[in-house]
Amino acid sequence: MPIIDLANPTRFLTIANRALPWLIAVTVIVFAIGLFYVMNAPDDYQQGATVKIMFLHVPAAWLGMLGWGLMSVAALGTLVWRHPLADVAGKAAAPIGAAFTFICLVTGSLWGRPTWGTYWVWDARLTSMLVLLLLYFGVLALYWTAEEPGRGARAAAILSLVGAVNLPIIKFSVDWWNTLHQPASVFRMGGSTIDPALLTPLLIMALAFTLLFATLHLAVMRNEILRRRVRSMRLMQAQELAEAT
Amino acid sequence: MNLGPHADFIVAAYAVTLFVVAALVGWVVLDYSAQCRTLGDLEARGVTRRSQRKG
Repeated sequence: MPIIDLANPTRFLTIANRALPWLIAVTVIVFAIGLFYVMNAPDDYQQGATVKIMFLHVPAAWLGMLGWGLMSVAALGTLVWRHPLADVAGKAAAPIGAAFTFICLVTGSLWGRPTWGTYWVWDARLTSMLVLLLLYFGVLALYWTAEEPGRGARAAAILSLVGAVNLPIIKFSVDWWNTLHQPASVFRMGGSTIDPALLTPLLIMALAFTLLFATLHLAVMRNEILRRRVRSMRLMQAQELAEAT
Repeated sequence: MNLGPHADFIVAAYAVTLFVVAALVGWVVLDYSAQCRTLGDLEARGVTRRSQRKG
């Protein structure tokens, strides 16, 4: 099937309806495997059992950033090709990305208190992650408050592209500035510094959360397409009533 | 499974994550049923989309 066929909303709905039950099943299975590994993971030699928070915090951070990356690519589709599905994809990613960024900040704070002795410090990594959450709120506000959806979509797309500048700042903040947050320990030159006994459950949980993100994104996109159909039908109904009177 | 002296922090982190994910899933499910119900009501009243009329 040509990729352009997927860009047809009706075709997309058919594919989403078929794919969602399978995605849900695979997500549940991978989560079950991941949580089994988490429960049996050893304690860290320095952090003890609090290392178990890492299995939530790190995937949530990755997906908070992935959500914004997805919105930036979708923003190009909205602004350059003006494709309605691109805007649907961007709008659907915003609440999910915001939720994962929120989870990252809260779990990080709960991890920081026993590890660093504080819930929060204004260091570069934590602050840039908070800025990401505020940017998500900004995009959501643009979508939810715009009187004309097309105008809201274009404004949100511009903010998505501008906000993408924050992604490399988050990633490299621990290298560019002296931060309390630890430097990269999974994806780095020279390989991961995490012991395989902790890295394996981390990667399985990251896969599970990524599948959850994909499932939710597909489901929210389906809802958004249906919402636009409802709007279009209501406009047609209003137009008919106006013509009749 | 022994969570050590900081068990409260670990349990709180998992509880918050579960709550946020459950809220997201609940919102998605409720929104889907609301949109389907509204579409069904409009179709029952004979309202169609422009693309359906052309077809």
